[in-house]
Amino acid sequence: MTEGGVSQPLVSGKALVKRFGDFEAVRGIDIEVNQGEAFGFLGPNGAGKSSTMRMIACVSPRSDGDLRVLGMDPDIDGPRIRARIGVCPQQDNLDTELTVRENLQVYGRFFGLSRAQVREKAVELMEFAQLSDRANAEVESLSGGMKRRLTIARSLVNDPELLLLDEPTTGLDPQARHLLWDRLFRLKQRGVTLIITTHYMDEAEQLCDRLVVMDGGRIVAEGSPSALISRYSSREVLELRFAPGEQAGHEAKVEGLAERVEVLPDRLLLYTANGEAALEQVTARGVRPVSSLVRRSTLEDVFLRLTGRTLVD
Amino acid sequence: MRVLPPGLYAGQANKVIERSALVTRRHWVIVLSGLLEPVFYLLAIQVGFGVLVGTVIGPAGEPIPYEQFVAPALLGAAAMNGAIFETTYPIYFKLRFNKLYDAMLATPLGPYDVAIGEIGWATVRGSFYSLGFVAVMAAMGVLPSTWALLMVPVAALIAFAFASVGMALATYIQSPTQFDYISLVAIPLFLFSTTFYPLSVYPAELQWAVQLSPLYHGIELLRQCAHGVFDWAMFGHVAVLVGLAAVGVIATSRRIGAMLLR
Ligand SMILES: Nc1ncnc2c1ncn2[C@@H]1O[C@H](COP(=O)(O)OP(=O)(O)OP(=O)(O)O)[C@@H](O)[C@H]1O
Ligand SMILES: [Mg+2]
Repeated sequence: MTEGGVSQPLVSGKALVKRFGDFEAVRGIDIEVNQGEAFGFLGPNGAGKSSTMRMIACVSPRSDGDLRVLGMDPDIDGPRIRARIGVCPQQDNLDTELTVRENLQVYGRFFGLSRAQVREKAVELMEFAQLSDRANAEVESLSGGMKRRLTIARSLVNDPELLLLDEPTTGLDPQARHLLWDRLFRLKQRGVTLIITTHYMDEAEQLCDRLVVMDGGRIVAEGSPSALISRYSSREVLELRFAPGEQAGHEAKVEGLAERVEVLPDRLLLYTANGEAALEQVTARGVRPVSSLVRRSTLEDVFLRLTGRTLVD
Repeated sequence: MRVLPPGLYAGQANKVIERSALVTRRHWVIVLSGLLEPVFYLLAIQVGFGVLVGTVIGPAGEPIPYEQFVAPALLGAAAMNGAIFETTYPIYFKLRFNKLYDAMLATPLGPYDVAIGEIGWATVRGSFYSLGFVAVMAAMGVLPSTWALLMVPVAALIAFAFASVGMALATYIQSPTQFDYISLVAIPLFLFSTTFYPLSVYPAELQWAVQLSPLYHGIELLRQCAHGVFDWAMFGHVAVLVGLAAVGVIATSRRIGAMLLR
């Protein structure tokens, strides 16, 4: 992907638009993903993350703007691009008429792999998805998380250079999530470029070198997780928990004690450089929360600030 | 095959057929039982109609036994019905519920690979039945000539043509009750495509209507092959079926593209 010594972005979108009828799901976004990078899309439901992912995956033509994937135009070279990328869609679409093993083998055949290659690949990927003991099981008999793992494994069948994962870990238990992070990290070390959407901030912080926050079809922020935190949040956060409904009454009392205050259904969040100091002042003003907590700022706080929504609901 | 749009066809339709073959391997009993259908058909005509009707004027203008007249037509009708059956409900299900084609289109496969692969599989399966049908005809002694073996590729063409139209229609179906509309067309085609009596039976003013039926052209071809009677009119019949197949494949691919690549 180098031309004249300058490394080209693996994916580049300019003023990218997706319309469904009159509705604009993606409203002119610019993105660039570089070789070997792990790039994340964050955003509330309906932000346009999946619509963007589908355009990059060459299964949804762009309505406007420009898009290049692996240096090619999806409108012209769709099959050639798809041959070199792996896609894990938001919703599993496994072949319910086939077994676990057959799902991997048949999918590999679609990429032009030989029978011997897909046989070998299926064994390796079932190992990866920890489904070796279910090799001959019907897909319908798998649990939700197992299906998810199989879908992710299937996306690797062609040894993709670029892997698109739309909410890969939704429905996975904590152990499976950590395992997947580990596997994704190793893929990244091998030079595979990752594009991930997620609703889990810890996942984004762990995996992504760089991410964008989308809201209402637009990109509202962009940067590395730490840069976003320092730009959009304070160093520390003081959480004051109250009985449900009482938190709003205390809002006025804590005024001026923090750079910014967020009111959640059961909590007040005070954004400040020094959480302990703020807590002392809060107590001095006679505010008595049910419990309190001082913590580091996370992407979650950035998200809350930018989109006005919490993620875990 | 570079006549097809490059972005929409990856030349991998055979992989779609391979998948179907894998799925079908598990239902081989059902597949074999499908071979019984022609046996029933042929027994029914041999026992009943043959005795009652006697002879009919055949494609060469000579009287032929009724069984020999009707057997090729039943082969054609079975090819049509089988193709429609294979491509309507199963395709509707895979398209709307299974999301199978969504998964396929995320690979290098394009809508034309999906369409040609699925229609191709229906044709392969139909040809297998046709082969059985012809074998049964031979065993029962109603095979008029060795030319009759040509009926197998002709039946495959009939299957391809109707499978492609069936699949195109399946993409429009929104709920299972709408399958009745397809039967509403298939049944008159079955009955009035010179299946049971020759075109000359119809009043002259109605004969053109019969000739509109694609199955009529298929049945004429089959009869001519069965009796080894060849003429230029056959090119016309083939053209009708090839045309129908092309329209069906293009319509199917466009619909799949429009529905899934949004
Ligand atoms: N095929 C479609 N037809 C019409 N509207 C659509 C279609 N797909 C998506 N949309 C709309 O586009 C908007 C963005 O949807 P998208 O799936 O991209 O959101 P998302 O960011 O992935 O959300 P989520 O977090 O819920 O997955 C939504 O308002 C959705 O209703
Ligand atoms: Mg989504």
